Amino acid sequence: MTAESLPPPAANELPLGQPKTRLLLSARNITKRFGGLIAVNDISFDIPEGSIVSLIGPNGAGKTTFFNIIAGIYDPTSGRILVNNRTMVARPIRTWLEPFVWFLPAVVVGILSGIAVFSVNDTSVAFIGGALTLAALIVMLLAAVARPARYQRLIGRIGIFRSARPNDMVSAGIGRTFQNIRLFQNMTAEENVLVGMHIKLKAQLFDAMLSTPRNRREEITSRERAEELLRLVGLRGVGGELAKNLPYGDQRRLEVARALASDPSLLLLDEPTAGMNPRETSDMMALINKLRTELGLTVLLIEHDMKVVMGISDRVTVLDHGERIAEGTPDEVRRNPRVIEAYLGAPAS
Amino acid sequence: MTAATGRLNGLRNGPTWSRIRAFAGVHRSTTVIAAMAIVAVLLPVLALIPPFSVFQPQLVWVNGFSNAGVFVLLALGLNIVVGMAGLLDLGYAAFFAIGAYTYAYGASPFSGVHAPFLAMLVLGALTAATFGVLLGAPTLRLRGDYLAIVTLGFGEIVPIVFLNSDKFTEGTNGIGGLYPPSLPGVEFDLLNPWPFYLLMMVIITVVMVLIYRLQESRIGRAWMAIREDELAAASNGLNTVTTKLLAFALGASTAGLAGVFNASKLTLVSPDQFLSQVSFSVLAMIVLGGLGNIWGVALGAFIIYTIQVVLLKQMNTFFESLQVPILQDINFVQYQFLLYGLALVIMMLFRPEGLFPSQRRKRELHTQTGDAEAEAANILEEGAL
Repeated sequence: MTAESLPPPAANELPLGQPKTRLLLSARNITKRFGGLIAVNDISFDIPEGSIVSLIGPNGAGKTTFFNIIAGIYDPTSGRILVNNRTMVARPIRTWLEPFVWFLPAVVVGILSGIAVFSVNDTSVAFIGGALTLAALIVMLLAAVARPARYQRLIGRIGIFRSARPNDMVSAGIGRTFQNIRLFQNMTAEENVLVGMHIKLKAQLFDAMLSTPRNRREEITSRERAEELLRLVGLRGVGGELAKNLPYGDQRRLEVARALASDPSLLLLDEPTAGMNPRETSDMMALINKLRTELGLTVLLIEHDMKVVMGISDRVTVLDHGERIAEGTPDEVRRNPRVIEAYLGAPAS
Repeated sequence: MTAATGRLNGLRNGPTWSRIRAFAGVHRSTTVIAAMAIVAVLLPVLALIPPFSVFQPQLVWVNGFSNAGVFVLLALGLNIVVGMAGLLDLGYAAFFAIGAYTYAYGASPFSGVHAPFLAMLVLGALTAATFGVLLGAPTLRLRGDYLAIVTLGFGEIVPIVFLNSDKFTEGTNGIGGLYPPSLPGVEFDLLNPWPFYLLMMVIITVVMVLIYRLQESRIGRAWMAIREDELAAASNGLNTVTTKLLAFALGASTAGLAGVFNASKLTLVSPDQFLSQVSFSVLAMIVLGGLGNIWGVALGAFIIYTIQVVLLKQMNTFFESLQVPILQDINFVQYQFLLYGLALVIMMLFRPEGLFPSQRRKRELHTQTGDAEAEAANILEEGAL
């Protein structure tokens, strides 16, 4: 059975009896190939605002690949991902044109100043022309790495599409955690959260160097906010501890706090209970529920353990061998024969 | 917050040393300025006391100190790039050269311009930063080894460009007769090392204060995070390329400052002052001093430069005067790179974090976890699923 034979995910069928709920994120026909291996095959997937959606499947089903595409780490082979109705991730188009955009202004300015030097025949003109050429080059290179909105619009108009990078997804309001904890090990818990807060802080180079009042105020408020976030995830008073010295369960919580620091509207959790004992697992689930009820967060959970997600998910999607084999409420999915087959194997016949 | 209150408690209860440490933790800039003032007074006094006074007269020492200051500045700048942001830059001398040549064009009979010294300091730093951006923007997407190779190439190219464009740089001869620094109310005389020494101390103090503030700001944390785990940093919203580019530009601008000072002190710039030996010396200095620790790299640079320039020379004269067989025939200065190599090997074996390590670096090097190889394996693993 291929993905085409499955009913397409109609927007009104997803949120439970709330047809008008906005889609925060929508993945359309995502396919990802690694060489000959099709890791994800034509998956469509919607995340309505305010819900907890889960993606489950046995090991190697393509969950993490799909997750990494949403998080901006991989570009999909085909298909696209819309965040708030804007295409953020898709196969890049005409990126070979981009270097021309970087160098064209400098070349034009260079030629013009060359003409000016020949007609005026003055060394100071050559000097100014050289400086202008260099300036044009620097401005475009800086634009290319910082990618401000104006630059994005410019290359969009030329028809270049660049898939979002992980940091672009964070700016678009998507926070994530990792399956294998990736904290900044040698930084304190507080510093970890402060790094997560980075894009929300405004202090620029000169604020920091001159230690302006604005910078000092911001440092104080950001530390208070970090303390608050740590308390929210249940880590009171460990702000000064090094991340790597925290117990395993606390490290997972710290990762959640760090992801929350950028004020995301959608939180992506990649196997948040991997390696946890049953008690820690149920604590983590309680925390995720709390995030939805108290902060109004939307959550995408990725799990290979079905039991974990059944209690808190609104919708569950099941992947196996890169294909979607089932989609529905936890109860529907639990009874689906194909899901049982994928997890337990086909009955002998 | 807990750390800060802990510090305040220390201020009230602890003995003198911990009281000073607590004060330093809270009033960083004041401490740096006070410490540099003490150093600036102490160094010339030390030069009057045996055994230092035996080596050479005080004025020669003071002159040597301001030369050492150039390397301290270079070390401080390279520490931003290598120690804080974790980017291996093997062509750092290129920015030193760019700063120096900027001064040569801005204040010499060669170009016919004589811009004020302070303006040239700023301009030299800006020019070097510009070239840092030019080099960094296309290359900072590269990882580890590849970046090192590109910077190595850049470090080789820059002196060669200065060497071969005779028309603009006088080639091998270099540009001579540069104007010495000019500051209102201060007479800079090439025979009097004191004004140079004091100027150097002021520059180092300012640079150190700025770097300390950066390190403890949002930007410093971002560098640290990128050094620890680039993928996690990007996934937390950091634009890794701009953040790394900033480290690169700031490192380059510090080298530019050093270049301007050095050019104005020597009143000569020539391509052979900026060969790759300079890059490697500075790298060795910061590794020996303690990567990531601002005071550590400054001290490392100072000590190594002094050993290299004063001690090795004195060993020659010492053994010659005693007529020691074999030893008197060795020219120790020639063997400085052999000694660097030995020192580095010994350090890596017994104290990889450097002589004066930062607490953080020490933790990193003395654990089994956080291994770069394992991190890379993790990324591959995620991709394989």
